[in-house]
Amino acid sequence: MLHIINKSPYDRCAVDSALATGAGVILLIEDGVYAAVKGGAEEKKIKGALGRFKFYALIADLEARGLGDRVIDGITPVDYAGFVDLVAENKTCQSWL
Amino acid sequence: MTTKKFMMVNRKAPYGTIYAWEALEVVLIAAAFEQDVSLAFLDDGVYQLKKGQQTKGIEIKGFEKTWGALEDYDVTQLYVARESLEERGLSAEDLTVPVEVLSRADIGKLMEEQDVLLSF
Amino acid sequence: MAFELNGKTYETDEEGYLINLGDWDEDVARFLAQQEAVALTENHWEVINFLRDYYNEFQIAPAVRVLTKAIGKKLGADKGNSQYLYELFPYGPAKQACKIAGLPKPTGCV
Repeated sequence: MLHIINKSPYDRCAVDSALATGAGVILLIEDGVYAAVKGGAEEKKIKGALGRFKFYALIADLEARGLGDRVIDGITPVDYAGFVDLVAENKTCQSWL
Repeated sequence: MTTKKFMMVNRKAPYGTIYAWEALEVVLIAAAFEQDVSLAFLDDGVYQLKKGQQTKGIEIKGFEKTWGALEDYDVTQLYVARESLEERGLSAEDLTVPVEVLSRADIGKLMEEQDVLLSF
Repeated sequence: MAFELNGKTYETDEEGYLINLGDWDEDVARFLAQQEAVALTENHWEVINFLRDYYNEFQIAPAVRVLTKAIGKKLGADKGNSQYLYELFPYGPAKQACKIAGLPKPTGCV
């Protein structure tokens, strides 16, 4: 299952809800990309989940927020085509709106 | 014209919602009417000031550069919550304009001094 | 809304401000000035170019008070006052000059 998260982990619990499902693929978009950034209080939680979940973050949203150079190691930046591929590759998709 | 103390309390990240841009527009309008305007950045609002925003890829007008015009509008009171910066792994050097970094408690005191608080 | 000039169509909002900033050139400025009944002189161009530079730097069209102050800083006190700017652009320096400069309406301008 692909989890799409577009909310900041410092504002909403969408990341926690996705992680609580167990395992899978997570794509961070819009304000969700703040979860992909090094140095913050949420970093530890994300790193701890890297074994169970494969993480992606949308490049355009990282760059818009001035964070393209601060992505946690182990999270893969993707472009819009990569976004489409992830949706196509996964049988189901849950958007944690 | 009567001058009032206005503070915009910014708590939202830029671009994900329209709040940050709306706050900036209200700041410019209030300042154009020569009001005493200050801004507080708390929680995800601190992300609004992050340096290096390149919004071409999301096809939204960026407003990082516009913070630089606030000085022309005589808006120089920019307060940023220390706790919010630290929680996000940021420091004053990561921000695009000079700000005063204060504790949330000190920002609370400044909020008490205002005539009008506008929440974004 | 839109207007045609030299075989090209330019989109504007309902008040005549250009939609696409990139469409602007000096011919467009001359056309827009004509619509506003403003005969462009060197002094007008100075303000128009100042506004375009300001927009490029800060991504906004400045309010009248800010424009006046900023022009005073750059071009001298004899030009940085509202009387001078209103003589050039009778319907408001920010409003009219911004339109001719191909910028959006200044924030806070009603």
